[in-house]
Amino acid sequence: MSSFLQQCFNGLVSGGFYALLALGLAVIFGMLGVVNFAHGAFFMLGAFGAYIALAEWGVPFWAALFVVPALLFIFGAVLERTLIRRLVPFDPLYNFLLTFGLTLVLQDLVKREYGVQSQPYPRPAELSGSLDLGLFDYPAYQVFVLATAVVLCVAVWLVLTRTRVGMVVRAATERAELTRALGIDVGRWVTPVFAFGVALAGLAGVLAAPMRAVNPLMGADLIIAVFAVVVIGGLGSVFGSVLAGFGIGVAQSLGNLYVPALSQTLIFIIMAVVLLWRPAGLFGREEART
Amino acid sequence: MIRMFLRHTEPAGRRSLRYPLLAAGLLLALALPWLIYPPVAMDIACWALFAAAVDLLLGYTGLLSFGHAAFWGSSAYAAGLIAIHSGLPFPVAVLGGAVLAAVLAVPIGYLCVRNSGIYFAMVTLAFAQMVYFVANQWRAVTGGENGLQGIPRELFGLDLSDPFVFYYAGLPIVLLGLWVLWRIVHSPFGHVLVAIRDNSARARAIGYPVERYKLLAFVLSAALSGLAGGLFAISHGFASLQEVNWTTSGKAVMMVVLGGIGTLWGSTLGAALVVQLEDYLSTSGFDGIGIVTGTVFVLVVLLFRQGLWGAARQLGAAADRALRRSRRPPPPPPAGPEPAEPIPTSSTTAR
Repeated sequence: MSSFLQQCFNGLVSGGFYALLALGLAVIFGMLGVVNFAHGAFFMLGAFGAYIALAEWGVPFWAALFVVPALLFIFGAVLERTLIRRLVPFDPLYNFLLTFGLTLVLQDLVKREYGVQSQPYPRPAELSGSLDLGLFDYPAYQVFVLATAVVLCVAVWLVLTRTRVGMVVRAATERAELTRALGIDVGRWVTPVFAFGVALAGLAGVLAAPMRAVNPLMGADLIIAVFAVVVIGGLGSVFGSVLAGFGIGVAQSLGNLYVPALSQTLIFIIMAVVLLWRPAGLFGREEART
Repeated sequence: MIRMFLRHTEPAGRRSLRYPLLAAGLLLALALPWLIYPPVAMDIACWALFAAAVDLLLGYTGLLSFGHAAFWGSSAYAAGLIAIHSGLPFPVAVLGGAVLAAVLAVPIGYLCVRNSGIYFAMVTLAFAQMVYFVANQWRAVTGGENGLQGIPRELFGLDLSDPFVFYYAGLPIVLLGLWVLWRIVHSPFGHVLVAIRDNSARARAIGYPVERYKLLAFVLSAALSGLAGGLFAISHGFASLQEVNWTTSGKAVMMVVLGGIGTLWGSTLGAALVVQLEDYLSTSGFDGIGIVTGTVFVLVVLLFRQGLWGAARQLGAAADRALRRSRRPPPPPPAGPEPAEPIPTSSTTAR
């Protein structure tokens, strides 16, 4: 029983990463209609940012947790202004291809500098121990990651549903033309939303640095799984993406425990079943599919 | 809805140029191993067929598959295994690989064609990753990270160890594949695909079973990708995980976009350029090929969406118009500059 719960907990932690990345993808897709292939690369940049900051300048984890996403926010804003924006009027597939090209560039730039082997990143001293969660002990860092992911997802959800900014973003997601006709400057929010999604991926990367291998391919491996998560949750549904993120994380961990042979392919099998049953995803709207 | 993809099918109106072009292309294909390093020539031939097969979906059906590495790669493994264990002539092994790719494409395609646009790209990518993980885990068959090594090139006891000779043994397979693609594109079936690309709702309303057409196009495209992948594995003598990696799918799409979406000629041209570029970079010892190819791709998508062949065709059309205008002094209704991003209408579909 305890091992079952522990696997569930592991699943929630890895689901936290899925959820953070899927959340960024969903927000960006909603606002710009762009599926950002480079999201995994931004995740990788976040982890490398933390690693480089520590190795070169001795910036501690806690500072990196704020500085690296802030830098990626700026990077994302510049990227949106200079590249992504130019292709938004055309078929969304062009931006998918553009961000694919960016992924290759970013990945190989990092690979050229640091090689493909994994770089070590120590856990912050404050979180190096383990916590007693009643039934079992659990590494404190993982608890911190899960808590951060949950808090962030809830915060984004609150912003989207309770604030004026969120209202504008949701309205622009549903009917951009009509929102504009009502006198709201939708274009103003496009850059911040994109940059926010990128920063979120970077933050996830920083969080991943102490518990996963920091290497140039870490994002590419993850992003395709996140695509599957987004397809399961329903493209364009923020709520669905987050829920599917945590759910898939747990399912994968339990799969690891009971059917280890399927541990890597389980997520895609779930996706196939969901596609058979609900082609638009669990929480998706039909129109997002075309 | 695929709104903004370039609409052209092969130029139906410029038949005068078709046969000279075809002859020139054939000559070039035959002369290629004299002009460049023969193994690279073989790579170009394989990738050209692969890219053209991807273009059947992207350019003529309006579906961006980002998971064709699954078919290219699984066929590479299958062809390799057949060649190793049976000792049959290599074309049979390649054909076996293509059949496996087609069989694999049926369930994957069935699940994917219910979606289109960006959703289709993501789903195909995800399924290809699944194939990747299976290949990675199934070490007994695929050799895992070591890959499948020592694939023989058997053809009735002929000595094919020289890449120069093997090029001519493999080229007929590529040409056959390209010919099949050409036939598909110019058949009534191909025209229905174009109709689906331009307006699937209308195609459905006319009475075409859109999903079934898309699925058939998907399976055909997968089979031809398999043909290319199997030949690639035989020509290299090994099949590795690289063959099923997502970068391989992306590379094929890159070739199509560079050459020009919806132009079979363009795909082969794009394949030649990308393979040459990568070969040049790796032989000159540059570490980080993705930096260059990625940048090129970004620039093409940003500035040059019609691709090389599309641009050439636009130039040709502009020259045509200029010629006609100079012949008839009273100017015809002002033929404005070709819009950079023509919006497809149903009247521009296959004639």
